[in-house]
Amino acid sequence: MSAPTGSVPGPRPEPPTGPEPTAGRSPRSLARRRRREALLRFAREYARNRAGMFGLVSLLVIGALALTAPLFIDQTHLTVTGAPGDPFQPPGGDHPLGTDNFGRSVLDLIIWGARVSLTVGLLATFVSVSLGTLAGITAGHFGSSGGTGGRVVASIIMRVTDWFLVLPTLVLAVALAAVLPRGTGTIILAIGLTVWPATARLVRAQTLAVEARPYVERARALGGGHAHVMGWHVLPNVMPVVLAQTTLLVATSIIAESTLAFLGMGDPTTISWGALLQAARTSGAISAGIWWYIVPPGLAIAVVALSFTLCGRAVEAVINPRLRRRS
Amino acid sequence: MSGLLDVRDLNVTYTSGAGDVPAVRGVDLSLEPGDTLGVAGESGSGKSTVALALLRLLPAGTRVTGRILLEGEDVLTMKWGRLRAVRWVGASVVFQGAMHSLNPVRRIGDQIAEPLLVHGTVPAKRVEERVAELLEQVGLPASRAQDHPHRLSGGQRQRVMIAMALACEPRLIIADEATTALDVMIQAQILALLERLVEENGIGMLMISHDLSVLSATCKRVAVMYAGRIVEEGPAHQVVHDPAHPYASALSAAFPKIGDPASRLAPRGLPGDPPDPADPPSGCAFRPRCAMVETVCATVDPPLWPVRPDAVGHSERRAACVHVGSGRDGIEGASTPGETSTEETSR
Amino acid sequence: MSAETDPQTSTVGTDTDETPILRAEAVEVAFSSGVGPGGGRGTARAVDGVDLDVAAGEIVALVGESGCGKTTLARTLLGLERPTGGRVLFEGAPLSHRSRDLRDYRRRVQLVQQDPMGSLNPRRTVYESVVEGLRIHEGTTVDEYERVARALSRAGLRPPERFLSRYPHELSGGQRQRVVIAGALILDPEVLVADEPVASLDASVRGEILRLMLELRENLGLSALVATHDLGLAWNIADRVAVMYLGRVVEVGTVEEVLSAPEHPYTRALLSVLPDSGVEEGPVVLGGEPPDPKRVPTGCRFHPRCPVLASGEAARAGVADMCTSVDPEVLAGGPGHRTACHWAARVGGPESPRTVEGPMSS
Repeated sequence: MSAPTGSVPGPRPEPPTGPEPTAGRSPRSLARRRRREALLRFAREYARNRAGMFGLVSLLVIGALALTAPLFIDQTHLTVTGAPGDPFQPPGGDHPLGTDNFGRSVLDLIIWGARVSLTVGLLATFVSVSLGTLAGITAGHFGSSGGTGGRVVASIIMRVTDWFLVLPTLVLAVALAAVLPRGTGTIILAIGLTVWPATARLVRAQTLAVEARPYVERARALGGGHAHVMGWHVLPNVMPVVLAQTTLLVATSIIAESTLAFLGMGDPTTISWGALLQAARTSGAISAGIWWYIVPPGLAIAVVALSFTLCGRAVEAVINPRLRRRS
Repeated sequence: MSGLLDVRDLNVTYTSGAGDVPAVRGVDLSLEPGDTLGVAGESGSGKSTVALALLRLLPAGTRVTGRILLEGEDVLTMKWGRLRAVRWVGASVVFQGAMHSLNPVRRIGDQIAEPLLVHGTVPAKRVEERVAELLEQVGLPASRAQDHPHRLSGGQRQRVMIAMALACEPRLIIADEATTALDVMIQAQILALLERLVEENGIGMLMISHDLSVLSATCKRVAVMYAGRIVEEGPAHQVVHDPAHPYASALSAAFPKIGDPASRLAPRGLPGDPPDPADPPSGCAFRPRCAMVETVCATVDPPLWPVRPDAVGHSERRAACVHVGSGRDGIEGASTPGETSTEETSR
Repeated sequence: MSAETDPQTSTVGTDTDETPILRAEAVEVAFSSGVGPGGGRGTARAVDGVDLDVAAGEIVALVGESGCGKTTLARTLLGLERPTGGRVLFEGAPLSHRSRDLRDYRRRVQLVQQDPMGSLNPRRTVYESVVEGLRIHEGTTVDEYERVARALSRAGLRPPERFLSRYPHELSGGQRQRVVIAGALILDPEVLVADEPVASLDASVRGEILRLMLELRENLGLSALVATHDLGLAWNIADRVAVMYLGRVVEVGTVEEVLSAPEHPYTRALLSVLPDSGVEEGPVVLGGEPPDPKRVPTGCRFHPRCPVLASGEAARAGVADMCTSVDPEVLAGGPGHRTACHWAARVGGPESPRTVEGPMSS
């Protein structure tokens, strides 16, 4: 999990040569060891969740394939001109999943498409989670302990959030993708800008819960300002929720990317799963019954989205019973 | 032995993934109708576990052995249907946080009526009358039956909980820290109310509290628990003002008497922390915190000995410490202390 | 070691010439709106004009039932609540609520809360919780480790190394409260404001924490204001006690004066309901609930529940009319035994010479 703001590793003034040269470092390294233990405990408990492990393993396999794709896929075979086979070859020896209307291997396309779909999914999630966390913590913190000015700021943030929340996500994304220049970056931005409100709501609720705890009052009585309370107390307590939300959002983002690509909002030159589906539709594969062109990209989307969701649920399940776990 | 409540050699062990945790180890209690018995102890001493065990309210998987006779019937072997009846009619519990367990969207009167209707103790058309009667009994105007819980203060809500506990006219009331979260004035009101109810209705009350001074004021007899065992037991006044067990005396000294120069600017407590029930020390469980510890304490877990017995060895009080009365003789006289006492021996 | 404190040291802080280190002057805190248990709306006068001094090296207990305003007053003294009237003085200078001034103030006046589990962040180790104040005020310093270790041993957690990397849930209640105290001590404060510091602790641990507070006063000269509902706590550690009822201090004086010879009917009732109180006339259980700060009664705020007024004793003393119509003066917060009661002023305590209250400007 994220390193707390206070103990960022890096160069810092060490005691010159005191009586105990290791003294300055030891509590910190102890704390780091404790965190590692906590992480291990988390991993062990996660491993007990079978659905979560299934999701994790399938993601690792897909991720590894996507990362190493350039090593075993000749990129010229993915162009329309360099297609290795005949159009619409059914699955067989050379092409395990058949070929598309240009004669490209569907399997190669799927593997290559994973690169774009996963990138877009992860980056869009990153954008939306950062935005949502920032908005949520700010609104939650200033709403509960920021004085009159803070409450005004907080309610403005939340009204903006509400506004985004009630806008139909897809329509907004389509509109954004239409006005911005075409490209993968635009898709990421369009998705990131539309799915953050849910995260913001969630983080705000958690922030409000943390702000009501006596240790926040103690921090303020110690003289801690807004930045201290948000960074030292709220953030570490919000991170688990954010982590679970992140894994769930990746699935949403991948589906959103596919939808946008399918609707023709994506970059026509990039190969993504949504783009493959769209190509299948425009090339008449659906009416011609060319199932091997339609089913695999659909399945790929479903498997990755499911895997991320399973992981997210597993993370949630490990984090939430923290309350009942006693020592 | 008859009586209202008779607990013999009660052992409760919580089972968890990390291993078994004994919470109550060989506790004996008995209570006559119209009597009040106090059980004192700190968090983790097992006093609340005893309360829960009496009505089999412990979580599933908890191992309970021994005998709990409620009016001669063993609660531990009772069938479920019978147990359900016993839970309101035979004995009822008032818990510490009880005032928060009222349903916020239902009227007070309906909530008090619920046990009456469920158990059919009162004909349906008399229920309203009975609710009014109960509210009067706990010092609330009958018109309060129409209110929702949020209209009442904490003390009033606790009164409602007591009214509910009284609804089916139980023979035994178990008050588990029933006044702990309340202000002194409200606490005094509730204690006076409970005392009056015990006296008027001839019911028995088992009062569980960490506050020895409260128990000494309300109870006839007091049992002090430490690490799952009763370490001292006897008439309340004697146990509180002249404790024999070092833990009981530390607990008693922790509640200063105002005006007593000995405690002025001299708070007294006990160093250290209660033992981990999963890993208790050998011998006497109080040994690591005891000021009078001796080598023998590490090997002997003393049973309850009579304190300052008379010629025939009788005493109203018993304490589990080698320094107490016949304790030392018992240890020196017999090779194993377990054989010297009969049924009080803990296992 | 410090269990025996002779009477001389306990009156050290009650020197009249000295400026009190912390002083509340006619402090008022009112909250508007909100719905209370009675369902009433309006302005709740949580603290309704309080003068209270804490002298250097003095421990003052602020005693009252829940809802009497003691927690609000404590929070106001810490600058966590802004008074709607009056002011807080630290070493004679009024407390400024500008954030920079508050920051400096909070180095010197520290808070200890009721629930030690809640006042420690469950995701922070003991080291991090203790070092927090230091990081806020000085950033990461060279001798940080030594200072944390020293604060922990001062708070009675010895050897400190054993505790540094623990998490709050691995500590006992008493140890947690010691960690909270260590976190306050690391900034070398001059005053501790403690709100029910032992209310959620076990009885045997309670005495140890109180003893620690006495030791800190002895060794570090720390002053303290302890808000509590527990009169026994006041008897255990405080030099002076102020009894609060419905936002106002109704009786103030040394612990011996107030607890051994109480004058205000409310203080008497509070003492009489304690188990083993030994009051001859038996417990005076006040009827009703603590009143609503949104509806402060006219005249003496205690008069609707006052046993002296109800028994007709006040009428015999000829003050019954005053009780229901004249609000007693706000008591001065310094040394001396004072009571905000018309009846006590008329009848007079049998033994204690009274400081006669003249008309006071607040």
